[in-house]
Amino acid sequence: MLYKAFLLKYAEIGIKGKNRYIFENALVKQAKDALARVDGSFSITKEMGRIYVEAESEYDYDEVIDALQHVFGIVAICPVKIVDSIEWDTVVAETISYIDKVYDNKDFSFKVAAKRANKSYERTSPEICIDMGEQLLNAYPEMHVDIHNPETVITIEIRNKTYIYSTIEPGPGGLPVGTGGKAMVLLSGGIDSPVSSYMIAKRGVTVEAVYFHAPPYTSERAKQKVVDLAARVARYTGTIRLHVINFTDIQMYIYDKCPHDQLTIIMKRYMLKLAQALAEKDGCQALVTGESIGQVASQTLQSMAVIEDACSMPIYRPVIAFDKQDIVDIAEKVGTYEISIQPYEDCCTTFVAKHPVTKPTLTSIQKSETHLVEKIDEMVQKALDTVEIIEVEAD
Amino acid sequence: MEAYLDNAATTCPFPQVRDIMMETMENEYGNPSSLHMKGVNAEQYVKQARKVIAKALKVTEKEIIFTSGGTESNNQALIGAAMANHRKGKHIITTKIEHASVHNPLLFLESQGYKISFVSVDKNGHVDMDELLQLMDDETSIVSIMHVNNEIGAVEDIEAIGKAIKEKDASVLFHVDAIQSFGKFKISPKKCNIDLMSVSGHKIHGPKGIGFLYIKDKTKINPYIYGGGQQKGMRSGTENVPGIAGLGKAVELIHENHEEKINKLYELKQYFVEQVEMLPDVHVNGCTDMDIRQTAPHVVSVTTKGVRSEVLLHALEDKGIYVSSGSACSSNHPALSGTLQAIGLPKDEVESTIRFSFSVFTTKEELDYAIEAMKELLPVLRKYVRR
Repeated sequence: MLYKAFLLKYAEIGIKGKNRYIFENALVKQAKDALARVDGSFSITKEMGRIYVEAESEYDYDEVIDALQHVFGIVAICPVKIVDSIEWDTVVAETISYIDKVYDNKDFSFKVAAKRANKSYERTSPEICIDMGEQLLNAYPEMHVDIHNPETVITIEIRNKTYIYSTIEPGPGGLPVGTGGKAMVLLSGGIDSPVSSYMIAKRGVTVEAVYFHAPPYTSERAKQKVVDLAARVARYTGTIRLHVINFTDIQMYIYDKCPHDQLTIIMKRYMLKLAQALAEKDGCQALVTGESIGQVASQTLQSMAVIEDACSMPIYRPVIAFDKQDIVDIAEKVGTYEISIQPYEDCCTTFVAKHPVTKPTLTSIQKSETHLVEKIDEMVQKALDTVEIIEVEAD
Repeated sequence: MEAYLDNAATTCPFPQVRDIMMETMENEYGNPSSLHMKGVNAEQYVKQARKVIAKALKVTEKEIIFTSGGTESNNQALIGAAMANHRKGKHIITTKIEHASVHNPLLFLESQGYKISFVSVDKNGHVDMDELLQLMDDETSIVSIMHVNNEIGAVEDIEAIGKAIKEKDASVLFHVDAIQSFGKFKISPKKCNIDLMSVSGHKIHGPKGIGFLYIKDKTKINPYIYGGGQQKGMRSGTENVPGIAGLGKAVELIHENHEEKINKLYELKQYFVEQVEMLPDVHVNGCTDMDIRQTAPHVVSVTTKGVRSEVLLHALEDKGIYVSSGSACSSNHPALSGTLQAIGLPKDEVESTIRFSFSVFTTKEELDYAIEAMKELLPVLRKYVRR
């Protein structure tokens, strides 16, 4: 096992001033949760603006990197070789052997960077750089020094042990989940809403989700698909609280009472109302959808304006201006695409009119909704009272 | 109340099947190929099952090989026989209503340079015999016809077909997919001129993951799975002793008082078809102008105009009634049913067709319950349609 530790680098957190500890603590917590899902035991320490993960047992390198690449806030992961000694000759010998193991081809430019937490160390930082550089050049004549624009920076950190690192695995970027408030995502079984969940979480937002189930028009498998999607997104967000609303009665009632070309618009207005009620109850500050301009009739600017009039909470739409292919690309990266394309209908497609309105007006929709006054409040209340809550853990 | 009416998809195992499987897992867990007593004991279960099956089919024990189920049996039969007989010719004839486990191995063979011909069927799903015989030529090496169709319960006259094809060319191999028919009909491969016949365990109250292939003695066929040479080299791999023991037990039990069992199934089917056809805009497929006794005793294909099959399926499920839309094995990728299209059902009716299928455990009460549920659900579901 070459690497005994990983240095986690984060970018934006560094500039958060006095709130920095909140971000760092969130990052440490998320990293702990992510590592709890892989084999091995690890300790995470936070010091001097850096976070170290140290392996306390055998582990699988790829598995650990993959877990850490699901922790928002990390921009880079540096695998670190730890040398128990700080005795100079040993440090030199271990660095030389490190370079040999990591780089098959040694024809590259480099510089040595030194960090000296241990200020009583016999050499100063510049001396470490110069002396180590010389020793490496002696050992590998193909290597050459470039102080200003090196291909590789070899960092030697002297503390009570020596830490050597030079390679970088990219992190996911973003901000640690838990630092950006909480939002309720309207999760369908489609491609877009899981991507929206991922994107909003990437900015540090904790996500909850709501799914509208319409048995018998949507099947148990359609619901299971949404649970599977939430579990995949939860690899990034941690456990997701998924609300399953039985929407059949409301849907049928709207079908009975309102014009068919307005069905989807009115249905979605009620979905937002229900989502907002759940969001308020759980202390969320916003709703999130997977809407993208022009994808379907209810996602024109006119339709979305009429739909969002139904609720007062801010609605964020991370993929609003994305092309479908761009959304698919993210879905593939996140791992939700293969689940999303399973062919189970969601409740919006079951009754969608053949020619739905694309430019509804609020007045016409509100007029249609007056036909619902008799029973709709009672139905909404019943839907909220019978909500099923599933705590979906990462898969 | 619960009514499991999806027995063409799979059946509930007989309790005795479960018991014998437990025994082979708890105590007689030996490897039948082992030389010691533990192995010999396990081998006895395999021998016994083979004996029961051979007796039921009136064939010899060496003509039975155990497989992982119907799909493997069909793959083994078609691919194994096609390869062994490629010098005779690379033409295979089948029907337009075969199950995917016959259809898709044949498409594979097509990609390997074989020519596959598909015979038409009439509105009741019966093979056009004249067309079949016309399609046969010098290159034809295999004819593969299912005995009972899984979607509509059509019964092919395999005895007549076997006789006719062998009269035209005795060297053509006759494969029968008997997965839906074994246990419902007494089949004699010798009488029907069958060379290869596929059977599955879990359709006859046996376990899943086990089936067998009848291979007539001296039939030219290549193995499909290679390894340690078990089952005389025809199907390598340590025998699935619990599965085989369970299958043997199921075959034994399904043939006890067989006639009585089948009569009861026909009575149930007769009753159910009569009741269902009284519902408005509902019709039963595959038994137009026919005696119910000429169809399979356990399958009823019902078209409910104006209601999508998937929606009706879930609405029935909500009441504890379990049925299929199309064929269960294919319902996770909703392609239109080949069988229903082949018997001439228009697209909208294909999408509105569900399958009820019975077993020896099915009761009249369950059928009444299902009929009542349909009476209640259909008007409601018809009201809410896409328009």
